[in-house]
Amino acid sequence: MLSFYKVGNKWQFIWAALLVCAMSLLCLLMWNYISKEGVAFVLLVTLTFIAMFFDILPVLFAAALSALVWDYCFILPRYTLAVGNSEDKILLSMYFIVASVSGVLTNKIRKIEKKLLQKEEKSQTFKLYNTVLNSLSHELRTPIATIMGAADNLLSNNPGLGADDRQRLLVEISTASLRLNRQVENLLNMSRLESGFILPKKDWCDVRELVAGVVAPLHELLENHFFNFEIPENLPLVKVDYGLMEQVVYNLVQNAAVHNPSGCCINIRADYVDNNLVLVVDDNGKGFPEQETARVFEKFYRLENAATGGTGLGLSIVKGFTEAHNGTVSLGRGANGGAAFTLKIPAEKWY
Amino acid sequence: MVKGNILVIDDELQIRKLLGITLQSNGYKVLTASTAKEGLVMAANHQPDMIVLDLGMPDESGHTVLVKLREWYIKPIMILSVQNSEEDIVKSLDNGANDYLVKPFRTGELLARIRTALRSAAMADNAPVIQYKSFGIDLAARSVKINNEILKLTATQYSLLALFAKNEGKVLTHQHILKEVWGPDYTSQLQYLRVFIAQLRKKIERNPDKPEFIVTESGIGYRFVAGE
Repeated sequence: MLSFYKVGNKWQFIWAALLVCAMSLLCLLMWNYISKEGVAFVLLVTLTFIAMFFDILPVLFAAALSALVWDYCFILPRYTLAVGNSEDKILLSMYFIVASVSGVLTNKIRKIEKKLLQKEEKSQTFKLYNTVLNSLSHELRTPIATIMGAADNLLSNNPGLGADDRQRLLVEISTASLRLNRQVENLLNMSRLESGFILPKKDWCDVRELVAGVVAPLHELLENHFFNFEIPENLPLVKVDYGLMEQVVYNLVQNAAVHNPSGCCINIRADYVDNNLVLVVDDNGKGFPEQETARVFEKFYRLENAATGGTGLGLSIVKGFTEAHNGTVSLGRGANGGAAFTLKIPAEKWY
Repeated sequence: MVKGNILVIDDELQIRKLLGITLQSNGYKVLTASTAKEGLVMAANHQPDMIVLDLGMPDESGHTVLVKLREWYIKPIMILSVQNSEEDIVKSLDNGANDYLVKPFRTGELLARIRTALRSAAMADNAPVIQYKSFGIDLAARSVKINNEILKLTATQYSLLALFAKNEGKVLTHQHILKEVWGPDYTSQLQYLRVFIAQLRKKIERNPDKPEFIVTESGIGYRFVAGE
């Protein structure tokens, strides 16, 4: 119990004493209207209130103090600590017991509640950790399983395996290693961001070239979508980090391709407005639920019922890399109803 | 010759393609489903000889699919999942999966487990004699012969071995074995199981420290491997 007695508790004692005295004073002023039993109730309520916020020692102190004050000011003979008749003696001792017990109990309840709250928080963290681990292990192990399995097949000298099967296995190995590489890249980028040491190496970039280069390896993923980019011919060169911006555009386009049903339109538009490079990636899919828009850039955050695959890293990397350029990224409704990601990146231009 | 129809339920296109090529080139006919719903429908329509089931599906957890399948499907179900926690494995086995293989896996291992599962499913359930390479169990006479010599076993040792033999290739969880051999009140008495496994291994294994028949699945249970 002594552990609750800290230096800061001094104020709790003072406040407890002040509260008890103030309430007693109030009762004294109203003495013509209430009996000494009424006063006892008022003091008990005060004490319960104190117990809800203060530690155990100040609470016991307040209980003792209020019993003394009650005795001194309200029990006959008044303004002495003496107690006249035996009934009052019983009342006083009962008051002290009730005050102490209710103080201690209220205090205990509060502590238990606090513990429960902490437990709840801990289980939430654990849940998040599990989700992250699950999606990460899925994203890393699936391509590894494909590569291992395909290689085993190719090495097996199985006469049942035809030339076209071999070709298909090689394609699978290639696709899987690209996917694996992507995820490792994301993880490494995340740790770069976490470390806080990202200095964009800015140099002149042709945005059109950048976007075209990013989209090329995604052609398989975009097969079932209508993809187009509108980048004005006269868009100036801008000074940004080519590598980081590639990641940003890749993650946005890949995200749109994976999470929209086939047949959707995905558009990229670029423009240069007020010293800013403005990039918009939008689609005409379902978009994001309103209440989720604030959280999508959080690390490891994934929408409920999202397609399997994905680690919840992509958009947080987009945000991190954009901010490394002192830029901003926002999520809104697209012109055609879906999601629209808008990047604004302050950048020098060169015609 | 087609060795059997296998239904692969996995949401990952790459895994479906890989398993398709692997199993087809080894003489199996392969059906694939990419969602839990599709998987359940295909299982009902095609009555495959075996199902390979992934746990992480977007529309429904594989655990739920397993439970739904086990309401009517009695042939082998093998779980193929990236989840390697004891909790997931034990839960799947308790829900009636025959085997559990963690991704990534070696193709040889996958094929061996599939062969075992299909073979033990093909064995008549009430066969009185189960014969393996070096030893046989006569369930009617309650006798075990190893290299044609009768093995002396206590009643509990025999029950344990018979349980294993009837479930060749299948991972049996600690709880399941304890319940079957000792009874429902003993499911937490792992020490009994450990002692009897050690005794059995001494009698049937060539080298009890490198068991070939009773294989430990750490944290999960045991698997009886009869050899091919």
